[in-house]
Amino acid sequence: MTSTALSPDRPATSRRPVRSGRPLTRVSGLGLGVAMMWFSLLVLIPLAAVVVTASAGGWSTFWQAVTNEQTAAAIELTVGTAFAVTLVNIVMGTMIAWVLVRDRFFGKRALEILIDIPFALPTIVAGLVLLSLYGRNSPLGVDIANTRPAVFLAFLFVTLPFVVRTVQPVLAELERDVEEAAMSLGASRFTVFRRIILPSLTPAIAAGAALSFARGVSEYGSLVLLSGNLPMKTEVTSVRILSSIENDNLDSAAAVATILLVISFAVIVLLDVIQRRMVRRG
Amino acid sequence: MASHPSTRTRRGPVTYLVRLLVIAYLFLLVAWPVYLVGKNTFADGMDNINGILEDPDIVHAISLTVQVAIIAVIINTLFGVGISLLLVRYDFPGKRLLSALLDMPLSVSPIVVGLALVLVYGGRNGWFGPGLESMGFQVIFATPGIVLATVFVALPLVIREVVPVLEEVGEEQEQAARSLGANAWQTFRRITLPSIKWGVVYGVVLSLARSLGEFGAVKVVSGNVLGETRTATLVVEEKYLNFDKGGAYATAFLLALVAVACIIIVSVIRPKEDR
Amino acid sequence: MSIEIVNVSKRFGDFVALDNVSVSIPSGQLTALLGPSGGGKSTLLRIIAGLETADSGRIEIEGVDATKLSPQKRNVGFVFQHYAAFKHLSVARNVAFGLEIRKRPKDEIRERVHELLNLVHLSQFADRLPSQLSGGQRQRMALARALAVQPTVLLLDEPFGALDAKVRKELRDWLRRLHDEVHVTTVFVTHDQEEALEVADEIVVINEGRVEQIGSPDELYDSPANDFVMRFLGPVTELGDRLVRPHDLQLLTGGGEPDAVPGRITRITRVGFEIRVVVAVGEQLVTVTLTRNEFLSLDLQVGSEVQVRVAPEVAATVGQPRLLGAV
Repeated sequence: MTSTALSPDRPATSRRPVRSGRPLTRVSGLGLGVAMMWFSLLVLIPLAAVVVTASAGGWSTFWQAVTNEQTAAAIELTVGTAFAVTLVNIVMGTMIAWVLVRDRFFGKRALEILIDIPFALPTIVAGLVLLSLYGRNSPLGVDIANTRPAVFLAFLFVTLPFVVRTVQPVLAELERDVEEAAMSLGASRFTVFRRIILPSLTPAIAAGAALSFARGVSEYGSLVLLSGNLPMKTEVTSVRILSSIENDNLDSAAAVATILLVISFAVIVLLDVIQRRMVRRG
Repeated sequence: MASHPSTRTRRGPVTYLVRLLVIAYLFLLVAWPVYLVGKNTFADGMDNINGILEDPDIVHAISLTVQVAIIAVIINTLFGVGISLLLVRYDFPGKRLLSALLDMPLSVSPIVVGLALVLVYGGRNGWFGPGLESMGFQVIFATPGIVLATVFVALPLVIREVVPVLEEVGEEQEQAARSLGANAWQTFRRITLPSIKWGVVYGVVLSLARSLGEFGAVKVVSGNVLGETRTATLVVEEKYLNFDKGGAYATAFLLALVAVACIIIVSVIRPKEDR
Repeated sequence: MSIEIVNVSKRFGDFVALDNVSVSIPSGQLTALLGPSGGGKSTLLRIIAGLETADSGRIEIEGVDATKLSPQKRNVGFVFQHYAAFKHLSVARNVAFGLEIRKRPKDEIRERVHELLNLVHLSQFADRLPSQLSGGQRQRMALARALAVQPTVLLLDEPFGALDAKVRKELRDWLRRLHDEVHVTTVFVTHDQEEALEVADEIVVINEGRVEQIGSPDELYDSPANDFVMRFLGPVTELGDRLVRPHDLQLLTGGGEPDAVPGRITRITRVGFEIRVVVAVGEQLVTVTLTRNEFLSLDLQVGSEVQVRVAPEVAATVGQPRLLGAV
């Protein structure tokens, strides 16, 4: 045994400095006040109004509204499809991010642009876009308009960027020497991917999946032209809420909307937790 | 240590298989459908495009959309840069909660956004609506409502771009400027703003794309009155459902063109800050 | 010979990283690849590990032709400058990684990990994540991880480059002792001549893709093959047309010796136990280093007239101008 006394070294310096910031000054305090007022008027109070309206009628009214046969079917379809789409995105999104970061070929830049199109395209246009290939006059001969697969397809389209865009930067930042270390220890390329790369990507994949799920659950615009909004069949939650609004039944609309808000909020909390874990691992 | 140019790209069959799969997936899901919209638009030459440009109601809808989008982008840029500075440079109770809540609009259904605004600003039963209306200020079923809805859905985009840049830049340059006698405004304008410029531009372009394309929330709050509160995205739906597919494709094409232009601008800007 | 490198060349685009390099690295020794940044030494190490492939030439490890072998099959341990820690695995799991890949029995793995963590003084940190360790601790973990698989050769790429001066010195010392215990053939890359001179049994000086000289630290310091090696291994000064080490020069205050030249002191700097005296000899500024005692006994001041010469003990053997390109 070596007997060299190693003095305890100082903690690693590569750690990101803890973000604290300075206390508010008078001007910045005023700025924060104005910003909070605006944010409250625009976002917080209206969202609170949804929850308050939903709870105004008491638990039984709320429960009745959300367990209404047609509503329950819509919620089930929305959540189920969003879940399935998220699974596809986890696999395809990671693969796409992989290709964008690690592969090199002519036209890769064009793929980058394709990834962002679903994010920038108006949702109603997205519906029309999908209809042109998967609707009645499909050049492929695949007509899925007004069916459940159409809902799946629309979700797939609008949620495409999320996993890709959260995984991509993390993958690009991965240090290659970590993979080389694993290789020199005897790990095959597949083992390196499974045991070294994948665990490092997991938080990013989870974050992207959460965003993708939230987006799917809340989707409306792309379905309007594509799914036909058939009750019990292709009607999603947002459409259900809209028809309550149009029938001037705001209480029931608010009740169903609250379900969606709870899901959104859960996703936000989940993201916050994931982000904190990512920072801690450093 | 000299960084080694990437030499170790050993390409096995898996590499090619994954590449092929990804390209096929994106081609079928995005590229081909988007191409078809362009093709359908110009199936009869310029007729469809001319058709909508000659319809005063559609021209009105497009100009309303553009106006609303510009107002929304200005509001969100001012708010976004301000709140980003507060979040990154200052410490105050509830900061973490605020930071999380600011992302809410990204995951809330546009229909719920519309509903929420109607519940508060609706002229008949809203919390504040009747009061505002008695002062002669109509929000819902009018342009202010469309602006509110648009601002709501695009709210986090500038913040999400600016916050990481501010964190990256750090505070040292600002402190140096302060020590050289610059006041808060001079420091912001001459040091902070130039260093976050590209983040802001990126956020603005994304917000613009999102604002021009908002559909669901606007549909709930606008009342969709022809020639008054109907926006471009609402035109697409209306035309398609009324079997005027040419008009729907043409309007959709214009919107898609702007969206794609925004993405391309962003992808040109981005490498400058990344590499 | 443990590692045989024969006629290896490597280019990155237009840049020639290695130009027909041949080196034999002996078994069981600690060999340093020393040279300035960008000189090709890291590339050579990565070619030995199989992380880079040579454009031409051959690599043998313990008599086996490894030129075409993948890094997984070479059984080398590699330690990176920036640790390359598996961030999601605990310290113990990091060390166990290579053994798990080799599907060793659980008991054996546990025992071996325990043994290695003791060796690198990290036993109490076994369950921590790498992010909770200091830089020096992380590098010790990386070393244990590389040693765990009982590699044929241990390769270290600027292993102490990312650490601060004090930790660096400690780890250097400790690596030397560790090597005396485990005796695995070790090659490490460094650009720090002091590190190489202090730790290595043998030094290979590499510059601009070529080997300048191979030898023991003493050989390299006392009989450098050329000006580059001489300048790279320690301080030098010129006296006339001769390149010498400042501590091999003598100052005389008395009458003229035949081999001494007259000059005048222009500057005196004290660095701890060492005094640096700059003497103007004609147009030439010559640096001479003296010990404190020598300096005091000579009673020197700026402006003093002195005689400078190469110390007679070394004049005959060290610092002779040589033909360039002797290797």
